[in-house]
Amino acid sequence: MEGDNPKRNKRREILKGLAGIPVVGGAFWSAVSQSNKNQSLKKSILDELNIDESTPNYVNDLGGDLVKIGIIGFGIRGPQLCRAIGYATNSWMKNLEERSKNGTTAQKNSARQQLKAFYEQENLNVKIAGVCDVFDIRADEAVRSFSSDKVKCKRYRHYQDMLASSDIDAVIIATPDHWHAPMAIDALQAGKHVYLEKPMTHNITETYELRNTVRKSKAVFAVGHQHRQTQSFITAQDIIKKNVLGHISLIESNTNRNSDNGAWQYYINPKANPSTIDWGQFLGSAPKIPFNKEHFFRWRKWWAYGSGLSGDLMTHDFDRINCVMNMGLPSAVVSSGGIYTHRDGREVPDVVQVTMDYPHYFQGTSQEKGKVKGMSFLYSATLGNQYNRGTVLMGHDATMELGNSLKIYADPKSTRYKDMLENDMISTEVPMYSYNPKSGGVDGITSATAKYFADKGLLWTYRDGKRIDSTHLHLKEWLNAIKNKSKVSCGIDEGFEEAISAHMAGLSYKIGRKIEWDPTNEKIIALPGEDLDAILLKSEVNDKT
Amino acid sequence: MKYSKGQLYTLVFLRIFIGWHLLYEGFIKLLNPAWSAKAYLENATSFLNSLYAFLASDYLIEIVDTLNVFGLVAIGLSLILGLYSRIATVAGALLLGLYYLAYPPFPWLDIAGPREGNYLFINKNLIEVVALLVLHYFPTDNKFGIQMLIKKSINGRR
Repeated sequence: MEGDNPKRNKRREILKGLAGIPVVGGAFWSAVSQSNKNQSLKKSILDELNIDESTPNYVNDLGGDLVKIGIIGFGIRGPQLCRAIGYATNSWMKNLEERSKNGTTAQKNSARQQLKAFYEQENLNVKIAGVCDVFDIRADEAVRSFSSDKVKCKRYRHYQDMLASSDIDAVIIATPDHWHAPMAIDALQAGKHVYLEKPMTHNITETYELRNTVRKSKAVFAVGHQHRQTQSFITAQDIIKKNVLGHISLIESNTNRNSDNGAWQYYINPKANPSTIDWGQFLGSAPKIPFNKEHFFRWRKWWAYGSGLSGDLMTHDFDRINCVMNMGLPSAVVSSGGIYTHRDGREVPDVVQVTMDYPHYFQGTSQEKGKVKGMSFLYSATLGNQYNRGTVLMGHDATMELGNSLKIYADPKSTRYKDMLENDMISTEVPMYSYNPKSGGVDGITSATAKYFADKGLLWTYRDGKRIDSTHLHLKEWLNAIKNKSKVSCGIDEGFEEAISAHMAGLSYKIGRKIEWDPTNEKIIALPGEDLDAILLKSEVNDKT
Repeated sequence: MKYSKGQLYTLVFLRIFIGWHLLYEGFIKLLNPAWSAKAYLENATSFLNSLYAFLASDYLIEIVDTLNVFGLVAIGLSLILGLYSRIATVAGALLLGLYYLAYPPFPWLDIAGPREGNYLFINKNLIEVVALLVLHYFPTDNKFGIQMLIKKSINGRR
């Protein structure tokens, strides 16, 4: 047959030869129409939400004279803060270099990534001119690591000596909590700029004293809540400002840890003894007790030096929410909890729930006027389980999951998104908005799998797709304020709210009743004859174990 | 190689279907400028995860994304049009092999995210790899597709 009609055969051959072309055209047309559909849907959702995820533009000139920094407290946080301004200790470098060569694959990767991030960090034009730590081993390590032929890092045995020195322009304070306010006040009075770790203060009275001192001082004061630099939190501020979630009635945030280190059972250095530690200086205002290694290294477990979950960890979460919502101090706080996971003689609870009420909170509503007002912020923590419960802000129109990335889910009963839900433009199952600064782009509607690429913590944030230590950015903001008189994102007013709310939570836990705030007189309400600071600092080892 | 009509058309359909699958995926990625394989690679559960993390690094990710998208498009075009598909089948098998090894269905590896089925060792990626190898050893370009036309026209001129 084939040979019979050469013309028809030829036509059939051409058809067989070119049959693929319309298939290719079909694939391309389908892809374009699918992609256009997605893009226009995405655009209409993003236009409706109108969220701005740009990074604020700071004046950024750190040139000129080196800022001479003194570090006070060189335990766990101190070396991290020094790394964030470009100074790593010899032992940290040695350890990472060793692991990047001889570790397991995972260790190698992590070590290399940390080293790379450290080397790529921007030079902030500072030098660490002095260190003050009451433990010789730690101070010596700083002096050895941060001194070179050209630059000398000097050890000061007492922080007052450092503050009196003209070799120091600014101090970073990373001591136990009970030293925070006294040192910051003295430093500001000595004209030094201060970067103070959280919690800002350890008792109520000194919170007011520090605020007064900062207000009178010309020096720059910043509290170390570095998550304020995290891109997702900056984006979340815009989301709240534009009321994308509708009226928020409940916010939940959590701490979940399940390790001894996470429960403040820190390493006790065997070289610690009364001749290597200035015990008297460590104690400061705390009750005078004989030398005790455990108190020195694991101070967070005692009310005399630390403040447990409310001061160490809730302050992070409070400020994370406060930087997004700007809700300020609660009208009332109720806490409960106990020592349920680490019955090792500690005083501070290891399981805590704190409810903060804001009956006047109102950001706007999509519903009828007068129906909604007020919200609760619930913080819940355990040191005996590390299931990641995430931070959720729950509004009438949508729910936001907030971490290093953020996701917004429309609420099935939303007023604002009713039409979009009815028209199947959005679903309540997949986020209608998902922001992952890692990818450098925004997804209007993410795939179901994207939901599973969970947050990895708050140590890192991203700028233009590049991974950066958020503490580095926070310290840079402080240095920028010193050089250019720009504003800091976590100054005394934010610190005041963080500290007072933490003290209210601590008091409620200890007293067992609702603690109220009097906004007119700016005071925590005490019952007649009640000394709130005495209660807050009181040792209660025998009551709770 | 001589095929019966049934053999030829089954092989051609297989070739075009796999081509469509890869081409459409490539086009969709090409048309979405925000798309990147970064998260997919970074979260690889494989024993080769350091290789995938390397591919996802800031230096390489743009090259990897571009190669992936144009690889998918080129392999898809080749299979559908019937042009150089003996090379494309090998390239496709290698690319799909990399997808397979990123999230291999081994019972001792953690699984990230939801799956649309239950797999043990063998999943659809791996089956598609083998199907591409079948197409490599049973080529049809010379019997159906542009390569056939080219060959015929060269033969015709002789």
